Amino acid sequence: MATKNQKSKEIRETPVITAEKLEEKEYSILNLGPTHPATHGVFQNILKMDGEVIVDSEPTIGYIHRAFEKLAERRPYYQITPITDRLNYCSSPINNMGWHMTVEKLIEAKIPKRVEYMRIIIMELSRITDHLVCNSVIGVDSGALTGFVYVFEEREKIYEIYEEICGSRLTTNIGRIGGFERDFNDVAWAKLKKFMAEFPKVLKEFEKLLVRNRIFMDRTIGAGAISAERALNYGFTGPNLRAAGVDYDVRVMNPYSSYEDFEFTIPVGTNGDTYDRFMVREEEIWQSYSIIKQAMEKIEKLPAGVFHADVPDFYLPPKEEVYNNMEALIYHFKIVMGETEIPKGEVYHCVEGGNGELGFYLVSDGGRTPYRLHFRRPCFIYYQAYPEMIRGNLLSDAIVTMSSMNVIAGELDA
Amino acid sequence: MEELLTLVEKKLRENFGDHIISAEMMRDFPVFAIKRDKIVEVIKYLYDDPEMEFRFLTDLCGIHFPDNKGEELGVIYHLHNMPKNWRIRLRIFFSAEDAVVPTLTTVFSAANWMERETYDFFGIVFKGHPNLKRVLNVEDMIGFPMRKEFPLEDQTREDKDNTMFGR
Repeated sequence: MATKNQKSKEIRETPVITAEKLEEKEYSILNLGPTHPATHGVFQNILKMDGEVIVDSEPTIGYIHRAFEKLAERRPYYQITPITDRLNYCSSPINNMGWHMTVEKLIEAKIPKRVEYMRIIIMELSRITDHLVCNSVIGVDSGALTGFVYVFEEREKIYEIYEEICGSRLTTNIGRIGGFERDFNDVAWAKLKKFMAEFPKVLKEFEKLLVRNRIFMDRTIGAGAISAERALNYGFTGPNLRAAGVDYDVRVMNPYSSYEDFEFTIPVGTNGDTYDRFMVREEEIWQSYSIIKQAMEKIEKLPAGVFHADVPDFYLPPKEEVYNNMEALIYHFKIVMGETEIPKGEVYHCVEGGNGELGFYLVSDGGRTPYRLHFRRPCFIYYQAYPEMIRGNLLSDAIVTMSSMNVIAGELDA
Repeated sequence: MEELLTLVEKKLRENFGDHIISAEMMRDFPVFAIKRDKIVEVIKYLYDDPEMEFRFLTDLCGIHFPDNKGEELGVIYHLHNMPKNWRIRLRIFFSAEDAVVPTLTTVFSAANWMERETYDFFGIVFKGHPNLKRVLNVEDMIGFPMRKEFPLEDQTREDKDNTMFGR
């Protein structure tokens, strides 16, 4: 409210209104984040707004940077697995497997088929959890909390399967270099079978809530769209790239862990908007489900009991052998004390992570730790397109765009 | 993959001659060492040439070899031709005193943050970059943490003996 003095001042100096003055706009600055219920993670965006329309935005990242690349230079290979858990923590097992496979590529280990299929089961389960979280959060951000609560129950069941296999839930540290630390036990198989029997019904119901929901469609179609050309230029991978219409999937282009043995389709979108990203993920969940089914059938045909490769230099021997067997004791000592001979060389290995191509660029100079380890983190690379994607959109579109991009703070900041 | 190496090497040698230092296979990757000044031209050529079409920047990162005098720092580019599924790696090395590299943001928008990250951790300056400032670390940080001389933890600690462990 203007005071008396100001008022009289205004009267004295009547502003000259020119054509330029009328054109000149005043923008408001909105600080979204770093902690905000709608950003689902530590993201800060300073938005320049014209009313409710976003004119420009400046993202700030690095709030949970933990120097993983530096840490990895001081850790033996098997101790890097827990670091990779904390990249994309919505699908930790994929990161773990990706890391194991990178090291196996370096040491040229041959992995038995059964182990590869077991890995595929784990990876696809975690892809399901990742996509479920992402898709249901799009629902939350557009006002539909029901689906979110509903699918989290299924996510919980998957976490119970992890629990049987490796003992932990979110940051799993699942598997070892060369295979798994133990075979899947009967409870794990039973839980997996139960999950497989119940899951389709739940996912169908979830889809009924959102896929043809008028409100959801109005909120998401056209929000945060990006063309295929721009997406490629920005280094998009994973569901976000496929939603823009590019059928690139690491599982098909560079099959790892015997993905070439499986039948599955790669869904693609057309507009690259939030709705397409949602639909691509939704279909990918079905594809993952079918891959798990195939893997379970394939494993049944293989001889039971194989759960790791024959790489004694890297895979810890069972404890009872360490106590009773000279050789096992030596290997155990060598692995733990870092006396293993590690080949020199450079490898780049990539896996299809929950949100894109997760790459590991590993340079080894023969030391007990990597000389240099670089994580190609998909969301670090594609999150820089966010200002371009939300420019000209409404604030509410910016929120659903961010949740549909599946940006995970842990991976973004590494 | 061997064919890819010879094909790309032939193309590059025809167009850039001496600026291609070496071409070799490293496991499943053709790797090319390029002279620093020409790196953006080389990548631009690989992007535009109708036979090459490396239109996707998979990764860009720095590396530090403190013992290679005169070539301490390096930048590593991973390029990808998606339709043909060709992947190659390009490397440049240069001295730490003169750590200036032309920016790749003119070709790939994706290079923007990757170069900022490389600057942030290795102190490599990308000439012509639109917004070269730290991206993950705090802005008033001193030093470049991924260089080998940067200590992992506080060096004044006396409660730990690292003679048996670590690099």
